[in-house]
Amino acid sequence: MESINFDLNSTPLREINQYLHGAPETLKGKSVTIANPNGAHNIAVGLKADLEVTIQGHAGYYAAGMNQLAKVSIEGSAGTGVAENMMSGMVHVKGFASNAAGATAQGGLLVIDGDAGLRCGISLKGADIVIGGSVGSFSAFMAQAGNLVILGDAGEALGDSLYEARIFVRGKVHSLGADCEEKPMQEADRKILVDLLEKSGHADISPDSFKLFGSARTLYNFHVDNAGAY
Amino acid sequence: MKTPQTLPRFSATFDPHSISEIRRAAATGIYDIRGGGAKRKLPNFDDLLFLGASVSRYPLEGYREKCGTDVVLGTRFAKKPIHLKTPVTIAGMSFGALSGPAKESLGRGANAAGTSTTTGDGGMTPEERGHSSILVYQYLPSRYGMNPDDLRKADAIEVVIGQGAKPGGGGMLLGQKISERVAHMRCLPEGIDQRSACRHPDWTGPDDLEIKIAELREITDWEKPIYVKIGATRPYYDVALAVKAGADVIVLDGMQGGTAATQEVFIEHVGIPLLAAIRPAVQSLQDLGMHRKVQLIVSGGIRNGADVAKALALGADAVAIGSAALIAIGDNDPLLEDEYRKLGTTAGAYDDWHEGRDPAGITTQDPELMKRIDPVMAGRRLANYLSVMTMEAQVIARACGKSHLHNLEPEDLVALTVEASAMAKVPLAGTDWIPGQRY
Repeated sequence: MESINFDLNSTPLREINQYLHGAPETLKGKSVTIANPNGAHNIAVGLKADLEVTIQGHAGYYAAGMNQLAKVSIEGSAGTGVAENMMSGMVHVKGFASNAAGATAQGGLLVIDGDAGLRCGISLKGADIVIGGSVGSFSAFMAQAGNLVILGDAGEALGDSLYEARIFVRGKVHSLGADCEEKPMQEADRKILVDLLEKSGHADISPDSFKLFGSARTLYNFHVDNAGAY
Repeated sequence: MKTPQTLPRFSATFDPHSISEIRRAAATGIYDIRGGGAKRKLPNFDDLLFLGASVSRYPLEGYREKCGTDVVLGTRFAKKPIHLKTPVTIAGMSFGALSGPAKESLGRGANAAGTSTTTGDGGMTPEERGHSSILVYQYLPSRYGMNPDDLRKADAIEVVIGQGAKPGGGGMLLGQKISERVAHMRCLPEGIDQRSACRHPDWTGPDDLEIKIAELREITDWEKPIYVKIGATRPYYDVALAVKAGADVIVLDGMQGGTAATQEVFIEHVGIPLLAAIRPAVQSLQDLGMHRKVQLIVSGGIRNGADVAKALALGADAVAIGSAALIAIGDNDPLLEDEYRKLGTTAGAYDDWHEGRDPAGITTQDPELMKRIDPVMAGRRLANYLSVMTMEAQVIARACGKSHLHNLEPEDLVALTVEASAMAKVPLAGTDWIPGQRY
């Protein structure tokens, strides 16, 4: 695998991102490292090629935002909106993630080894997110589709105004948001969970230790009797 | 002898509309939802007049001397600014709120006039991209249908923070209009009420917005102009913050600006009229040394070339039209009066766009109703209307001695009312008095 190494101390972010936006067929299969990220924002955003990118440290806001096809690894923590609106590919945060991790993501897999902040998976639209630690309040708010797997605890108002996304939680849920309820885990749900645990490096954890949460679907169409829930 | 009786006296406070709304609320237990913008009487451009040339000013000859109308948007940072032949653009309206043929009509009309159209909540359809030569892609809090491929296909990107009909509110598309295609584009179950968030999911405040705009620029390799759209509330500060965050273009929408659906109380009671919003916005740009460097597009109740000329004279670079464009392609056509009557309304007043039963086939997803709109003919009507607006603005500009619409200035205007004088900061007609400036 051909390897290309950038250093953000000496190469401007614009130049690195421009390189990463090159023709997908040229970039396919390459391995790119980015040294000294030092919390810079918008690293490796808008990728659209099947390549590997390793960010060797902490990333700022929107790292790997809107990712398509690429496999991005962050060897540190990530700021707000990591992998926001990801379409496909994989983003792996080896440290912690700040707020809105995986917001509105439509496809692909986001793995966070540590904790994630507030609003993790907000408005999720089909992607899968696996959190090794705990998530903050309002996670999966208005999540429409996809799966959020939380190995630790969930904060307040989990899954508020949820649509059709699934939330698997192994630890404690501080409170559920409006229209979110615990559901019996069917075989199809269990299969999804087992697959995601395996892909995220947690194959040793039993799916039986998780609870499943989903939408009660009572707020799908406005009814005046539900006004207090809005 | 019969005692004389006083005539029945109706309350000015409890007028017939207020009384009907009390009865409706009491019967249903829910607020009224409708489309469109503010319908109440508001200070507007009719309260301003141009002075025209005279002994002290030199006019241009109507059909012989050139009066430019073009505008370039996005000159601050974008590698590829957009160049429009007319300063009248088509405002953001979604596929979902509007039918596919209605969107096609807008694209065809805008193309013929050399101007841009704008997507809305729910994303970009291939048909819309195909029928619009210059397409602005809205980036909204819901991110329904948002994907980076469409960002790259767009000619400009508009980060929507608010709109004039409902500043501070999110979107609403009721189940009747969530067809299979609309549901698929928004990744939602068919037939449910779609609620769009009122805040962006991954940024809060102007410092975050700056990083978000930088992300959009990085993803599109700094090619596209980035607009920031705000509902008119605190225009001086909002414009300053949007400029600070890196906007190329500000879109300022007054409370007359329409929406596909929201609560009537929101439309009529939140936000300020466009007339009151332009001068603070322009002042903000001037104070930052960014007037004409960051372009200002204003919208909300623009109807004719006089409105265009007045908006530009107050300092805007361009205007956007939504409701007027829908009227041009057939909305509220009196020819459909019988059908409007069946819906309990009348042509000119129909605003239940959220119900999806629009007889004109515009604000609907009903396959039969939308067949009624012929995109070629409707597009031609819109092109005609845009052409008339542009020519009307030129008539006024030439009369004021201006060789380009952008040379119009506040000095060309006076106000008919004290309110308009205070809001537009031009003198009351026949005086040199501007409330709050001179005594």
